[in-house]
Amino acid sequence: MADPIALALREQFHSAEQQRETSTVGMWIFLITEVMLFGGLFTAFSVYRMSHPAAFDQGSADMEFWMGAVNTAVLICSSFCMAMAVHSAEKGKNGRLAFFLILTILIGLVFLGIKFTEYYLHYHDQKLPGIVFHDTSPDAAYVQMFFVFYFLMTGLHAFHMIIGEGILGAMLFRTLLGSFSERYHTPVELAGLYWHFVDTVWVFLFAIFYIPGAHMK
Amino acid sequence: MATVTLFEPQSAPAQPRLNYLTEKTGLMSWLFTTDHKRIGLLYVFSITFFFFFGGFFALLMRLHLLLPQGWLFGHETYNKLFTMHGIIMVWFFLIPSIPNTLGNFVLPMMIGAKDLAFPKLNLLSWYIFMLGGMTTLYALVRGGVDTGWTFYTPFSTSYSTSFVITAAVGILIAGFSSILTGLNFIATVHRMRAPGLTWFRLPIFIWSTYATSLILVLATPVLAITLAMIGIERIFQVGIFDPALGGDPVLFQHMFWFYSHPAVYIMVLPAMAVVSEIIPTFSRKPIFGYKAVAFSSMAIAILGFLVWGHHMFVAGESAYAAMTFSFLSYMVAIPSAIKVFNWTATMYRGSVQLDTPMLYAIGFVALFTIGGMTGLFLAALGIDVHVTDTYFVIAHFHYIMVGGTVMAFLGGVHYWWPKISGKMYPEFLAKLSALTVFLGFNLTFFPQFILGYMGMPRRYAAYPPEFQVLNVLSTAGASILGVGYVVPLIYLMWAWKYGESAPDNPWRTTGLEWKTPSPPPKHNFEETPVVTWKAYDFEAQKEELHLG
Repeated sequence: MADPIALALREQFHSAEQQRETSTVGMWIFLITEVMLFGGLFTAFSVYRMSHPAAFDQGSADMEFWMGAVNTAVLICSSFCMAMAVHSAEKGKNGRLAFFLILTILIGLVFLGIKFTEYYLHYHDQKLPGIVFHDTSPDAAYVQMFFVFYFLMTGLHAFHMIIGEGILGAMLFRTLLGSFSERYHTPVELAGLYWHFVDTVWVFLFAIFYIPGAHMK
Repeated sequence: MATVTLFEPQSAPAQPRLNYLTEKTGLMSWLFTTDHKRIGLLYVFSITFFFFFGGFFALLMRLHLLLPQGWLFGHETYNKLFTMHGIIMVWFFLIPSIPNTLGNFVLPMMIGAKDLAFPKLNLLSWYIFMLGGMTTLYALVRGGVDTGWTFYTPFSTSYSTSFVITAAVGILIAGFSSILTGLNFIATVHRMRAPGLTWFRLPIFIWSTYATSLILVLATPVLAITLAMIGIERIFQVGIFDPALGGDPVLFQHMFWFYSHPAVYIMVLPAMAVVSEIIPTFSRKPIFGYKAVAFSSMAIAILGFLVWGHHMFVAGESAYAAMTFSFLSYMVAIPSAIKVFNWTATMYRGSVQLDTPMLYAIGFVALFTIGGMTGLFLAALGIDVHVTDTYFVIAHFHYIMVGGTVMAFLGGVHYWWPKISGKMYPEFLAKLSALTVFLGFNLTFFPQFILGYMGMPRRYAAYPPEFQVLNVLSTAGASILGVGYVVPLIYLMWAWKYGESAPDNPWRTTGLEWKTPSPPPKHNFEETPVVTWKAYDFEAQKEELHLG
């Protein structure tokens, strides 16, 4: 059988080492662009939160706090499983790698399930800006703005989760094909970086959307 | 000793050597290529198309303004003309102009690499770019956009009835192509350099392109999310930027210029990159103050992120914010001036040869200096309030973008044309058109400084009769400029087929890209070069380059 590393080495590189390092640099730069993408939304959100603190707290009080809290725990578990998957890949234990990838994918699906249930509840409460939004408070316009950002940011995050599920699925497929070994498992590492990034974004989203109004229930 | 034995001249091969152009042929070999040189050419074709398209709109506007009351178009059509001119020129010509064409072509060769770090991503970025371009053209065909290229809210989100979302989606898509290119260049410069090619042996072209790439990856995502917010507000009519819905239009301006001011440096840093190659070559001297020039590129990239507020001096910014942004805008002039001084000092006592690329480079330095100096006028609060949204601003940024970037782009195309095509272009005709471009450009835009100072506002389809003489001059200049752009297009295409064969190193200069055959083979170098010399070290390569 041909050497898997020789097969995986692209023609522009001189060595597997160079290829691994370059891919890692590329992934980190990509994550920086992601930080800037979410950063724009975080900035706009912060500006409006500073101008309309009461309305934004009121919006936050309408969040399903416990669903958000559980989802935070769920994602931290998924990050743990992803870390174990990368660790298994480094040790060349493909069985364990597949097991942890499956676990990460399933936990990710649990997150998305809870998230979309929340969306449904907001719809049910008529808190879906632009489609059905009902709020009787004098600050209604700014409560609605809170929800605009909530849907934009958690929606963008959920979109990243869905892409991540696809990536992990591809990793699982390649694991089952036997593409990875102790010496070649860069794609798993990079998928891990991406997954951890998406999880980290959620922690911040939880902090800005769910916590401020939690005491007002 | 720094002898160079990378590429020995071969004793007349029996069969012509295969190069990147002849190695594979047919349409599919181009559409599925991952060769950075071919992708560079794909970009050349695409952006040339967009350039003449956007230029055509400019010409129509100039023709319309021949008469004070205008005579060709209604006011709404005129609004659409300047919008489409801006959108196409900024996002589909200027931003990708030098990095994606010349950068793509020469960057890997300059660092002795076989290709960029991620060749497939590179091809993907071209497809994404074309998708974005086609989407924007679709918006145009459907009826155009009338918001100005700046998409200011609430007009763009609530009042405009034109195809704002389609155009915004097109720009957003093209933005991802920028991000991929920037990412690719950064990873390439970090990890793909030839053995011995340390950071301070890199040509300045690499430093400036690297600085550009940093801006591309840091600023473009913010534009993407801002355009997305415009789309959301427009579709769902929920308050983000529209004050009637509770939003803040100034926040839009902040977010837009957080991208769009650095974007100016995305356009001009690569131009500086090209000029920093041309001037040492045709002065036969290493660039003066290598480290100062290299670091000034990085300083421009960093400071460029801190000056966006100078676009909003009259938009309701606090006096303290305005003063800070004014001060920081002055700061960014320092690294730019360092470059101008160093280019001049490089020419001083060099054996200056006025070949076509050098004419463009000198033209660049002159026009960039005027553009930069007038930028200082605009950074001064008092003057800016007076000339905000007048032709003074138009003239200023056209001196940077057309006088700067387009001149450098043409200079770079001529400089690397022998390497790209393996053919020489007709020198006399080229010099003549370089001169035409320079004269036509100044005739077009210098009167606009005066017009703006006298108070003629931008984006108006009509003007008071006393401004007519200067407007006619400007239109006359635009026609000359147009000729200056069409002639190179014709003779370069002619030269591609009928030009004289180019030697490997026609300018007898030092860069690694000249140490491969013209046109280069698929993987650029027969053997990976080992670099033991500094950039522009003419002395060390004296014998090899036959410099007496």
